Parts: sequence; C-alpha cells; structure tokens
Amino acid sequence: MRRRLTWGRPDWLAHLVLGLGVLLFALPVWLVFAGATQDAGAINRGDLSLLPRLSHLDVFLSVLRAGAPSNAAVPVWHMLMISAGMALAIAVGKIVISLLSAYAVAFFRFRFRMVAFWTIFITLMLPVEVRIIPTYAVMADFHMINSFAGLTVPLLASATATLLFRQVFLAVPDELIEAARMDGAGPIRFLFDILIPVSAANIAALFVILFIYGWNQYLWPLLVATDPRLDTIVIGIVQSIDTGFALTPWNTMMAMAVLAILPPVVVVVAMQRWFVKGLTEVEK
Amino acid sequence: MERRTIFGGWLLPAALVLPQVAVTVIFFLLPAAEAIYSSLTATDAFGLHTRFAGGSNFAALFSDGGYLGALARTSVFCALVTALAMALGLVLAVFADHEIRGRALYRTLLIWPYAVAPAVAAVLWVFVMHPEVGLLGRRLNHAGLHWDYTLNGTEAMGLVVVASAWTQVSYNFVFFLAGLQSIPRAVIEAARLDGARGFRRFRTILLPLLMPTTFFLLIVNLVYAAFETFGTIMALTRGGPGQSTETLVVKVYRDGVVNLDLSGSSAQSVILMLVVIGPAALQFRFLGRRTVA
Repeated sequence: MRRRLTWGRPDWLAHLVLGLGVLLFALPVWLVFAGATQDAGAINRGDLSLLPRLSHLDVFLSVLRAGAPSNAAVPVWHMLMISAGMALAIAVGKIVISLLSAYAVAFFRFRFRMVAFWTIFITLMLPVEVRIIPTYAVMADFHMINSFAGLTVPLLASATATLLFRQVFLAVPDELIEAARMDGAGPIRFLFDILIPVSAANIAALFVILFIYGWNQYLWPLLVATDPRLDTIVIGIVQSIDTGFALTPWNTMMAMAVLAILPPVVVVVAMQRWFVKGLTEVEK
Repeated sequence: MERRTIFGGWLLPAALVLPQVAVTVIFFLLPAAEAIYSSLTATDAFGLHTRFAGGSNFAALFSDGGYLGALARTSVFCALVTALAMALGLVLAVFADHEIRGRALYRTLLIWPYAVAPAVAAVLWVFVMHPEVGLLGRRLNHAGLHWDYTLNGTEAMGLVVVASAWTQVSYNFVFFLAGLQSIPRAVIEAARLDGARGFRRFRTILLPLLMPTTFFLLIVNLVYAAFETFGTIMALTRGGPGQSTETLVVKVYRDGVVNLDLSGSSAQSVILMLVVIGPAALQFRFLGRRTVA
C-alpha cells in the first residue's frame, strides 16, 4: 500500500522546498568545482562560467602532484594520505579501545570497575576546545608534538562509543551467553565469536561517524603538528587561503578544496544506511 | 539493568580497560587538572616564580570588557546558528517525510554536507563571498552594494553564522526526519479525520510529538555552535575584523596560543569546562534513554 500523507500539501511544493534545499548545499560546491577548471585569470576578471571546462579537469591531477600554493614542499596527495591515515587510525582505534573497555565493564566484575567507568564517562565533559593550552603542555612533556601518534592517540578515548557498546552488549540474549558457556568458550573466544559478530552493524555505523570526525579535525592538528610533513588536507587548504589571497592561482585552491571534500562525502554516501543508524544512535 | 557477571578474574578486565583509561587520564584528566592549577596561580613576567592567586584570574576576566564582550557575542552567535540550522533542518525534514517521487535521492542529497569539515565549508564560503575574488561577493560590490566582511564586523558575523549553520543542517535534518517517521501513523490519521489541515496540523500534532527530538537537538546545536565552529571562524575571519567574530573558544586560542597568557587562558578553559558540564549531563541522560529503550 502506498502510504500517502498528503497533509493537504501538493507534491510540487515539496519538490520546490526540497529542491531549494538541495541547491543550497550543492551550489557552493558546484561553483567551486566549476571554478577549479577555469584558468586563473578568469576568476580574477570575474567572468566565471557555471559550466566546468572538461578539458581542464587535469587541474586536479596537477594539484595532487604539486605542492599546495602556500607550502610547495608538500604535495596535496601527501596531505590526503595524512588525512586518510588520521581518520582511519582514529576510527579504528576508538572502536577497538571502546569495544574492549565496554566488554570489561559489561561482563566482568572487578575492583575499581565503576571508577574506570566514570573515568571514561568524564571525557564527555572535556572536549579539546576547553583545554587547549594544558593539553599542549602534556603533549610536549611526552615528546608527542609533530608526530603521527600525537595527531591520533590523544583523540582515541570515547565515552559515547563505550556507552553504545555497553548497551549493545547488555542486550545480548541470555540464551546466547548460556550456550557459549556450555561450549566452554573462554572470555576471549566469547568476545570474538559472539560479541563482535552481533555488534557488526553498530561497528559499521560507528566507523562512518568516526571516520568523518577524524578527517574533519582542525584545531587538534593545528595545535600539535607544525611540521608541514604532517599537514592534513583540511589544515593545508585553510593555510593556502590565509597566505595566498593575492599570489595564488585561485583555481588550484578551489581544486584543493574539492579534493578535501570528496573522500568523506564518498564515505557518507556509500555507507548512507549505516551513517544514519550511527548518527541517531551516538553522536561522536 | 545490570548483567550478572559471567567471567571472573581481574587481570584480563583490567588489561581490557587499560588503553581507554590511560588515554583518558593522560590526555583528559591531567590537562584538566593542570588548567585548574594554572587558573589559580600567577606567574611573573620571567616565568621564574609562581604564586597562588586565588580567584584573581577569574575576577580579572569578569572585570575585563573584552571577555564579557566575547561572552555576549558567543551567546548571540550560538542562538543564531542554532535557530537557523534547526529551522532549516525541520522544514526540509517535514517535506522529505512526504511520499513523493525521488525522495530517497532527495535524502542523499540533503545528508552529504554532514561530511564537509567545518573549516573546509568556511573555505567554500570564502570562494563565494570574498569581496574581491568571491564568485558572488565581487558581484555584490559591482552592483554597488558595499559588501566586505573583512572590514565590516556585522557582515563578518552574518557570514560566520551562515557558514556554521550550513554544515549543521544535515545533522538536524536526519534527526527530525527520524523523529517524524517514528510518529505513529494512527495519530496522523486521527488528526486528518478531525479535519486538522496544513500548518495547523503541523503545529498542534507534529510539533508537540517532536518536542523530545527538538530538545535534544537544541543542546547538541548549542554545544556545536559554542565549541566546534572554531575551524569555521578561523578560516573565515580569524575572529576579526577586530574582535567582531571572536567567540570564547577563539579567544582562548588567541590569548593562550598566540599571546601566551597562560593564567588567563587557563581560567577561561575552566569556565568553559563548567559551561559544558550541564549539556554533557543532559546528553548522557538522553543517550542512556535512547539506547536502553
């Protein structure tokens, strides 16, 4: 049966409103994409076409190979690799350590169990934005400034992921646990054979959210990585904008912006189902 | 509900929680404690002597017009971003809940902006709105409207609000749509039979049922606007012109990292921690209810 909730609203109005919404999001990106394929002079003259010039798509290749205008030593593909490495390390790392600690809290009763639980929970209240300076000092003490570990390890704690896994584990039916016990499964086998398979959908959902979270970091890499070899694409594009207003060919910066947007958007669109699940179940 | 223990021992569970607890203690609790310590002390100009300063760093902040200005500015900024992002998300969700052709495609096309980094979204807006080279900005100036957000504080604030809201609409859209789809069909059917139509039906039936979602989103959006817009603001205006887009987080960064005022910026950090406790506790309650149910 076709579910019709007409609400006395004609279809064309819905198409109009949604179409405007789509346009509001797509237009800036389209303008920048089209701008990237123009020659640099066209942008300065202001005669910019809304149509991308397909013959100039190779601008993306040359931007990938060449350095960012502000920072010619590091090619854009290198920034993309750092971003991808950071996003993957954060997503996988957060999932692994949250899964393990949720398993401990849900299935074991040990001393200081609640202390551990509340210690983890407190991270919710301390986003990096509120502790910029002292965190930098701690990083310096551990010699983690300008290192890949410094970019990723401090971001690995996640209260929300731990809480989510704990809820998923608590919902595992008792029969399943009994059966595992009858089979003589030890704690490690129980984790790998039962718990991880039943939470596969949650893991996928979390992965999408956390990959985006990692890719989109700005303040943290700005603080701990001043070495250009560790520039992420997000850092790189903001720096080009800052330094290169008059000097830099605008079309190359626009191509860079498109390259910064593309990977996380592909992940969200390709994994849309898990993304919506992940978003509505946890936030970050 | 607590599950009964099924495994004994303490070594294994301790090893399992260790990575998470270690990261938390080293990179969260230690810096937080250090922020509290330095907010209560003062160091002389040469960095040689540190003495206990009581609440004087805080007193200095609250008698400083610059800080109070940033506080007021942040409140206005948060209110505007939240209102704009939530209103757009709600309108789009209401129409996307409609059975029309191509609605799956519409959803995809409205969800993807979530993936755009706030800082990169700001860069897009620079390309579009820059007064000299922006695709739209220069046209405004050619048309004789004097548009220059690098000089005019009000225009800068407007642009930062729009750019910050732009990346948050998708999030609100997803949650409002999920909220609308969880409303039982019978309720909507009953309202239809009662003859409630159009906007009145929306206001009297849908909106009250969306209240929990709305309340949750209100908190998330306020926290987002207060803390996560740092990249947007830095890429667009760096807090300027002057102080006109300097929010509390931008001010902590400017005072601490750029001007190296350790005690002052630590006191600001401590205030921000106090500010974020309330929303975090509410978020936690909501999260618990949501996943337990």
